[in-house]
Amino acid sequence: MSHMMIRRRSWVPYALMVPALLYLAVFFVYPLLEAFVLSFRGEGGRFTLEFFRQMAGDTYFRGAVRNSFLLTLLVVPLQLIIALLISLIVNTRFRAASTFLYICAIPLGISDLAAGLIWLSVFTERGYLNTILGGLGLTAQPITFLTPERLDWLYGAIVVTEVWRATAIVMVILVAGLQLVPRDYLEAADVFGARPWQKLWRITLPLLMPSLQAALMIRTILALQLFATVITLSGRLVPVLAGEAYFWYSTYRNFHVASAYAVLIMVISFLITFLYLRLLRTKAEALA
Amino acid sequence: MTAARAKPLLWIGAAAVSAWVLAPIVLIGLASFTPRDALYTWPRPIIPEQFSLETFLFFFRSHGVLRSTFNSLLVAGITIVFALALGAPAGYALSRFVFPGRDGLRLSILATKMFPATILAVPLTVAFIRWHLYDTLLGVALVHTVLALPFTIIITSSIFVGVPAELEEAALTLGCSRAGAFRRVVLPMALPGLAASAIFTFVLSWNEVFAATILTLDNRTLPALIMNAIGSAGAPLDYRFAGGFFMIVPALVIIFLIRRYLMTMWGVTVR
Repeated sequence: MSHMMIRRRSWVPYALMVPALLYLAVFFVYPLLEAFVLSFRGEGGRFTLEFFRQMAGDTYFRGAVRNSFLLTLLVVPLQLIIALLISLIVNTRFRAASTFLYICAIPLGISDLAAGLIWLSVFTERGYLNTILGGLGLTAQPITFLTPERLDWLYGAIVVTEVWRATAIVMVILVAGLQLVPRDYLEAADVFGARPWQKLWRITLPLLMPSLQAALMIRTILALQLFATVITLSGRLVPVLAGEAYFWYSTYRNFHVASAYAVLIMVISFLITFLYLRLLRTKAEALA
Repeated sequence: MTAARAKPLLWIGAAAVSAWVLAPIVLIGLASFTPRDALYTWPRPIIPEQFSLETFLFFFRSHGVLRSTFNSLLVAGITIVFALALGAPAGYALSRFVFPGRDGLRLSILATKMFPATILAVPLTVAFIRWHLYDTLLGVALVHTVLALPFTIIITSSIFVGVPAELEEAALTLGCSRAGAFRRVVLPMALPGLAASAIFTFVLSWNEVFAATILTLDNRTLPALIMNAIGSAGAPLDYRFAGGFFMIVPALVIIFLIRRYLMTMWGVTVR
């Protein structure tokens, strides 16, 4: 870096940043504050907990909280494991590694809505899963999987879809992280006769820890945004937090309760970030 | 040695994962080209007895599809322009200057990624009704710009880091103004990276469901239209399958075209 560029206390960088910062102030900070205003301000501008009471008293609320947490607990570990497997395969740099990486990255370009519809074609009553089961002679009649009587199947379908769709982003984080693991360490381990699993356990995984933690945190927070996947597969049979915000807004036209859900999601995201940073001692930089 | 023994295992694993990723895409493709009534028969073969454009055309000619596709493209276009116009200068500042508050600013910009559309959309709707932006494509593009901005700033800053400062200084010494040096030296070198950033923004905007659904009523983007058709209008299965397939095609094409830059791009966004 040159002296010319860093010596002067220049106004230039600030001027370059101002448009983006102003924009974020208007379209990011303001709505965050507005969410609190909408959800806490009652008639005549007085503070009220009425909308939160309405939210918590709704029949879907407890299910939404439970499902959001449960689905996160089911989906995120699976994504981490599969992504780790994929990135270890990529990292061997075998002959087809770049093609393999490309294939695994495809879901990066697919929305939660489209992913939900894709898997609907598998799990729906006249769908591909029934075709396969019937073709193998395992079932005589098509089974209705996506029904409230088969909650486990509904859950399973959502988990499968989310794992299929969003493992790619974890994989990208881990592949990038693996590239930072120095090859010499592994070669040194070879010299000392370490077995592959020893290298994995003693060298690769510890060095990959920051990436794993970052992936864990990002995925946990994004899992709270779960919305279109669930609605395409279950309608409102498996209510989730973001889905409830959508229904309260689009079906009931109630900004206040919808905002209360937004605030709830925000608070939970904050708490999760905070907990992860405390528990895992992730560097704040890694969360980015 | 172990490496030799691990080899077949490696290929089997890679093949299994590839099949897991690709099979559902093939299946939805098959479903979109199965005749409509065949989708409801039982038993139904995986590969339809005859391929037909019927299902796909039924979706494509459904009310609003053509227009909302155009809307989606327009919103993505506006978002790309806004995100680059606002984000590239900030990315440049973060990559080229050391100034008080830089790390704090960088971190707070990154932190905005933690608050996605779900949280912003509802309160923004209220503001947009007041500002006459509700149910406008501009309004949707403005929200998508917020979502894209942190990524654009991070991607562009990493791009500008890759353009040697020495070249820029040389231009300055040779009498270029700062703006001139930027335009003549930095910009041409950064162009491919900026294009990559634009593509990332396109995918983000094209795929965004929540904010687009909540912020529009008549001027739907494609995901908003389909979401609404499913959420409230109970669209038939053939509409859903063809719609799902139609939404993923552009993303598949784009990801294929930029496959060489994939890791650089998405890799940068998560750093």
